[in-house]
Amino acid sequence: MSEAIAAAAGSAPVVPDDHHYTSTGQSSRKILFWTFIGSECMLFGSLIATYLIYRGRDKVGPHPHEILNIPLTSVSAFVLLMSSLTMVLALAGIQRGEMGKTRLWLAATAILGMMFVGFQIYEFNHFVHEGLTLSTNLFGSTFFVLTGFHGAHVTVGVVWLWTLFFLTFTGRIKAGNDLDVEICGLYWHFVDVVWIAIFTLIYLLQ
Amino acid sequence: MSDHAPHDAHAAHAGGHAHPTAKKYVAIAIILTIITVIEVAVFYVPALHPFLTPILLSLSAVKFGIVAGYYMHLKFDPKMYSWVFYVPMVFAFAITLVLLWLMAAQRG
Repeated sequence: MSEAIAAAAGSAPVVPDDHHYTSTGQSSRKILFWTFIGSECMLFGSLIATYLIYRGRDKVGPHPHEILNIPLTSVSAFVLLMSSLTMVLALAGIQRGEMGKTRLWLAATAILGMMFVGFQIYEFNHFVHEGLTLSTNLFGSTFFVLTGFHGAHVTVGVVWLWTLFFLTFTGRIKAGNDLDVEICGLYWHFVDVVWIAIFTLIYLLQ
Repeated sequence: MSDHAPHDAHAAHAGGHAHPTAKKYVAIAIILTIITVIEVAVFYVPALHPFLTPILLSLSAVKFGIVAGYYMHLKFDPKMYSWVFYVPMVFAFAITLVLLWLMAAQRG
């Protein structure tokens, strides 16, 4: 099998993998995960739609233009964007069998994710002190639910990344287990693309 | 660092193409950073405010496409994954537009 894979790839022999392939020739885990991401599109689509529908309908403040901090959020958006780079570098590392680089970039991605969550905690805390809570107005309700769901996804991603990081030391994640890192990466990049949409629609297009 | 490596096992098994190299990933990150800087800069230029919505939506769509295409490898993996990703997204987008239209109609 691995020789056939290497021949098909036209490259040096690859590390044999133990993934289960469906009749489509695709890995069952990867198909499953893409289907999950498709369902997540619907979830975040509905949350973004709810925010847009209720935008500008607040009877009391604070309103978005009074409270949203664009410089701060631009930095956090940049941090999340860079975490996507470190994530693909972790994947490239394990595909080459370079476990040291894989660990380095997995840890970097997790740390950048934690920084993003830290920015969000600071922002939420600041908003609450300014008088904006989940029940203050429609903006507060839709904003906290949407960005809170996103932040929860980032937090799950950070836990997943640290788990992979520690599993590289136990030998559970080693060269040839690149699908484990790739699936985590798909989740992480999805979280990033959702933030690309949120940053534009909620923060920049007030 | 070869420009054609690496070929991962399941990409080869599935008939997909080789993923980009680390250098290319860094180049893509630089492009994404430049687009983000432009987005924020556009927000602070009052003269561009009449065109803010189309400019920002276009830039964010480009960023979205780059991340999905290169970092999520949709450009290199079999098209089936693109379908699984983009079809629900089109549904979500359509539902958003219909809801916005309905609510606008209700407001009169």
